[in-house]
Amino acid sequence: MRETIRFLKGGEVIELSDVRPTETVLDYLRLRCRLTGTKEGCGEGDCGACTVALGRLVNGRMVYRPINSCIQLLGMIDGAELVTVEDLAADGRLHPVQQAMVDLHGSQCGFCTPGFIMTLFTLYHAEGEEKSRKTVCDWLAGNLCRCTGYRPIVDAALNACFEAAGDAFAWRANETRDKLRAIMDSRDIYINRDGFFASPATVDGLASLYAANPDATLVAGATDVGLWVTKHLADLPKIIWLGRIAGLDRVEESPAGVLMGATATYADSEAAMAGLSPALGELWRRIGSKQVRASGTIGGNIANGSPIGDTPPALIALGATLELQSKDNERTLPLEDFFLEYGKQDRKPDEFVTGVFVPRPDANQIFRCFKISKRFDQDISSVMGAFRFTVVSGTITDARIAYGGMAGTPMRAKGAETALIGAVLDNPASWGTAMKALVSDFKPLTDMRASSEYRMETARALLAKALMEASGSDPAGLNVLDHREAADDRAA
Amino acid sequence: MTAPLDPRKGQPAAAATLAQVRKPLAHDSAQKHVTGTAAYVDDVVEPVGMLHVAPGWARNAVRGKILNLDLDKARAVDGVVAVLTAADVPGINDCSPALGDDPVFADGEIQFFGQVVFAVVAETRDAARRAARLAAVEIEPITAIISPEDAVAADTTVLPDYQFRRGSPETGMTAADHILSGVMHIGGQEHFYLEGQAAFAVPQEDGGMFVHSSTQHPTEVQHTVAKVLGVPDALVTTEVRRMGGGFGGKESQANQWAAIAAIAAAHTGRPCKLRLDRDDDMIMTGKRHDFRVEWQVGHDGEGRIRAVELDFLARCGYSADLSLGVNDRTMFHADSSYFYPDAAIRSRRLKTDTVSNTAFRGFGGPQGMLAAERLIDAIAISTGKDPLEVRKINFYDAERNFTPYGMPVEEHHVLHDLIAQLEKSSGYWDRRERVRAFNAASPVLKKGLALTPVKFGISFTLKHLNQAGALVHLYTDGSIQLNHGGTEMGQGLYQKVAQVVADEFGVGLDRIRITATNTSKVPNTGPTAASSGTDLNAMAAKRAAEAIKARLIGFLSTEHQVPEDQIHFASNKVFAGEKVLTLAEVAKAAHMARIQMSHAGFYATPGITWERESATGRPFLYFAYGGACAEVTIDTMTGEMTVDRVDILHDVGHSINPAIDIGQIEGGFVQGMGWLTTEELWWDDAGRLRTHAPSTYKIPTASDIPPDFRVALYEGNGNPQDTIYRSKAVGEPPVMLANAVFCAINDAVASLKPGMIPELNAPATPEAIMKAVRGMRRAKAPQSHEPVQA
Repeated sequence: MRETIRFLKGGEVIELSDVRPTETVLDYLRLRCRLTGTKEGCGEGDCGACTVALGRLVNGRMVYRPINSCIQLLGMIDGAELVTVEDLAADGRLHPVQQAMVDLHGSQCGFCTPGFIMTLFTLYHAEGEEKSRKTVCDWLAGNLCRCTGYRPIVDAALNACFEAAGDAFAWRANETRDKLRAIMDSRDIYINRDGFFASPATVDGLASLYAANPDATLVAGATDVGLWVTKHLADLPKIIWLGRIAGLDRVEESPAGVLMGATATYADSEAAMAGLSPALGELWRRIGSKQVRASGTIGGNIANGSPIGDTPPALIALGATLELQSKDNERTLPLEDFFLEYGKQDRKPDEFVTGVFVPRPDANQIFRCFKISKRFDQDISSVMGAFRFTVVSGTITDARIAYGGMAGTPMRAKGAETALIGAVLDNPASWGTAMKALVSDFKPLTDMRASSEYRMETARALLAKALMEASGSDPAGLNVLDHREAADDRAA
Repeated sequence: MTAPLDPRKGQPAAAATLAQVRKPLAHDSAQKHVTGTAAYVDDVVEPVGMLHVAPGWARNAVRGKILNLDLDKARAVDGVVAVLTAADVPGINDCSPALGDDPVFADGEIQFFGQVVFAVVAETRDAARRAARLAAVEIEPITAIISPEDAVAADTTVLPDYQFRRGSPETGMTAADHILSGVMHIGGQEHFYLEGQAAFAVPQEDGGMFVHSSTQHPTEVQHTVAKVLGVPDALVTTEVRRMGGGFGGKESQANQWAAIAAIAAAHTGRPCKLRLDRDDDMIMTGKRHDFRVEWQVGHDGEGRIRAVELDFLARCGYSADLSLGVNDRTMFHADSSYFYPDAAIRSRRLKTDTVSNTAFRGFGGPQGMLAAERLIDAIAISTGKDPLEVRKINFYDAERNFTPYGMPVEEHHVLHDLIAQLEKSSGYWDRRERVRAFNAASPVLKKGLALTPVKFGISFTLKHLNQAGALVHLYTDGSIQLNHGGTEMGQGLYQKVAQVVADEFGVGLDRIRITATNTSKVPNTGPTAASSGTDLNAMAAKRAAEAIKARLIGFLSTEHQVPEDQIHFASNKVFAGEKVLTLAEVAKAAHMARIQMSHAGFYATPGITWERESATGRPFLYFAYGGACAEVTIDTMTGEMTVDRVDILHDVGHSINPAIDIGQIEGGFVQGMGWLTTEELWWDDAGRLRTHAPSTYKIPTASDIPPDFRVALYEGNGNPQDTIYRSKAVGEPPVMLANAVFCAINDAVASLKPGMIPELNAPATPEAIMKAVRGMRRAKAPQSHEPVQA
């Protein structure tokens, strides 16, 4: 067992034994280290001003990902290289992304700038990214700027981020790798200070620790738990971080489907999801931001029953199953059965999620999902609809339909599903009963995201769209984002 | 001959050679921004013994009498040093900009959701925040008035009604061939400066206070702090190096946080810092005013406006704050760029039990102009004409060139020329045809196109604010220190002023040290607002520099026996006839000769004569112009929308710094676009704001900007007024370029049923668009072209 966390910063190994369970990386930087380059803009991981880069070894290669330091717990950076804006300029020379931002007038008030710099730094080090405005906007979706209107920042990114990395971090990559290898181990971490921060290295270790401390808070990516700390000022004296458990972050693709381990991040599973369905890949891309996807996990999102979940409806429509485990038991259940009611899940006190299995749609199945939100990127849906139709000779023989935003939990539209059986894709008149059935399937609420009336109207529109696309309509004629992309492609 | 000591009298010193002015130089802090070394209030090195302050409030109360305030639990939290309430204010419990109606701490009554009741002072920010949630506030609720409609029904206002009236709109309506009318809702907007409100106060000798504040108005913070502490203004100094964004949200609304920090510092004798967290900031501070606009327009059948009646019903919140100026500016801009022969423009400043709305970039102008564009769109739709045609025939011109408040529109030719250029460069008419063809072939997605003008009045309409001071020191090593009353919130003011001063002395910017804005260096300033920062402060700084230069020229002329007109400051040299010196050599020699090398410059905008009482005179020195053409696509099944292309042509006169000006134009446009599309403030039935963090309040992200975004500066003859190097102000006008996006969305909705006017409200969220679409679909037939009486 280790009673410290260890990470790299500025080429030095930092080992801390005085880590409070819910201390954030941002507080560590600003309050303890007095490194004030990293800013707090919102304290909830939505503005990106606090973005720092975490470098980790992935299959032997250094990979830098942007994270929101305001909601990342300090203990979670164990085994990583922490890079902040102060680390980039070397020997009085600006880093290429910094220079590009100066040259292209990418800063005005400058408060969001360090966060942008750090996201751009991670893009600069990313491999295999296509040089395009779309790529850049995707990377920048988690960084808000209120001054520039983004154009110069996008230009700076296009100018600086798509050459082979040639900065100090690239030069000393081997050295960094060696240093990271030296601090990574498979010991359990347990730091006892105003409660405890624990990081078991094995599933069994987790099971025992959790059985002994069923009141502990399990943390995977902290994109939700972080908010309990910063916004609700929750007192969470016992933190068990799952991020170092061997094998729990696996993403296994097979002809049958994809198994995502509980600590696989959205980023880890994005490619596999796109492989199941392009629509699912696009949905994944629109979950949170790069920062949120780099930390957030599907397991965590499901396990704490966060109402902020755009993926469960899609996973439910695909027939996903959830794997749960406790010290003495393992079980599997359909994902939709896990969500009992708003804020309540079918999870026993010492039970934890180990994985989600998502079946691959077969050749007869058509899958579509749509996310409707006020803003396209980094927003939570007002309505989220997911549809899997099994079609034999143009007739629907089975339908799985799930919505988010229509009830307190992600929920199947059972009435509409039944009504669709026998509907003919070529005959829109045969869809009518299902469209009507939605009205009795749901009684949506009015809140700041949308009114009840709009939600119901949109739920029906999404079902209609799914059926229209299933019957062969061009998505570019039905969806503004597809239309825009098609127009961009024509222009390119 | 002696050099004129006051350059405003007699002939000023030789005109500067422009080497820095007009260059697209980077922001002065750009290097510090990208390296994280630019310090904001929360980054300033903390003095030993710093305490932290968190405001406390009644988390569920909207309006009510305070029956009991139990702070014992808060006081008991480990690390808490003090808990302060209204009773602990040593001076006057008020932080309002003028009328004395904004208590620092609620006293006896809670007037809106989020009103500060007390403040916790603690050793750490964490302890202060935790303790602030432990108070028990017992309230006797009073029915709250939330919406403008509620306030109209209750007939409550924060300020008297006001109106502009020209001719007889009643007669004009009767004479018109067609009359159209309607109601439009225009939403407010959260500033969402990335740096939240922050201040820290350090006690000084004799009861004085030094305050670091993130404020656009250091002088007002100084006055407020002096007022709440009960000390003379002279004992308080406010300093602001930079803000992480302001946008009007730190014009009056920074006062309260500085006041609380100062009260805490005075109470404890220790430095105290208050930085609001994002939710508190969004709940406790005012926003752009939202409006219900009741409109009626009569036109001649060709689309030419005959008469206009506009009623602007503004939600001002619980107090006046800056609502007088904001609502006046709405009225001043209710004409957009259009001539109204007969007009009544009325304004009600409604009192609601909500946070007090405040300044926001554009200061009421955007709402006025958006209403005007609604009139035009309505006329175009009902006559079947293209909206651009209707816009153009209603533009001010040589004959029809007086605004409803009587000011001449002198540069109407700029408006015509600029819009004509944009019409051509954007390919408006070709694209109009393509949009029409697209819509004919596309059942679900519909495109819309709009080209809208901007004409924005430059000057504070409160006359006394149109003044500025600057303090310039030349040191004996030839380095120059520059201070002025303007604040830097990202707009590049410091750099622009430095460019002007550098050219005055003929030196590079590396010789200029820009210092933080400080009320002990330049006193009695106005806020950095109304787009006027450069107009005012660069002029004051130029005068300060000219005065020093004039003295140096007089000295050199005598010393080297060279006529004054042969002495020049350029290329980092001073040329005195044949003699070539460095500025350092000149400064050193002048010092030895006992010449004063420091000067406080002053500037007051000439030519503005507005008298509000009689509603006569000239409120603005000039207008800034612009135009935008936007193309959008909407989804008529879900209401989703993308902005596909935007072309902008904007008039900044002769630019002092084209890069900074382009930045203001693009940034202002995108901010305006956010206001009109995704940014929605939502209150629940009880009157509690529920959109108080970026998770629920959505400002634009990078992917929301048009993929095809073409921005250019209008090349004209410069500002006809004698402004600093004939430039024009640029801070606010570009916000209203975004009206093109809203009008384009309206155009797309209108394509569903020709002849019918959509009821699209702002912001045009997917839901608002769907509501308008639904209205079009449900209507049986297009509205009649016959006169309709409202």
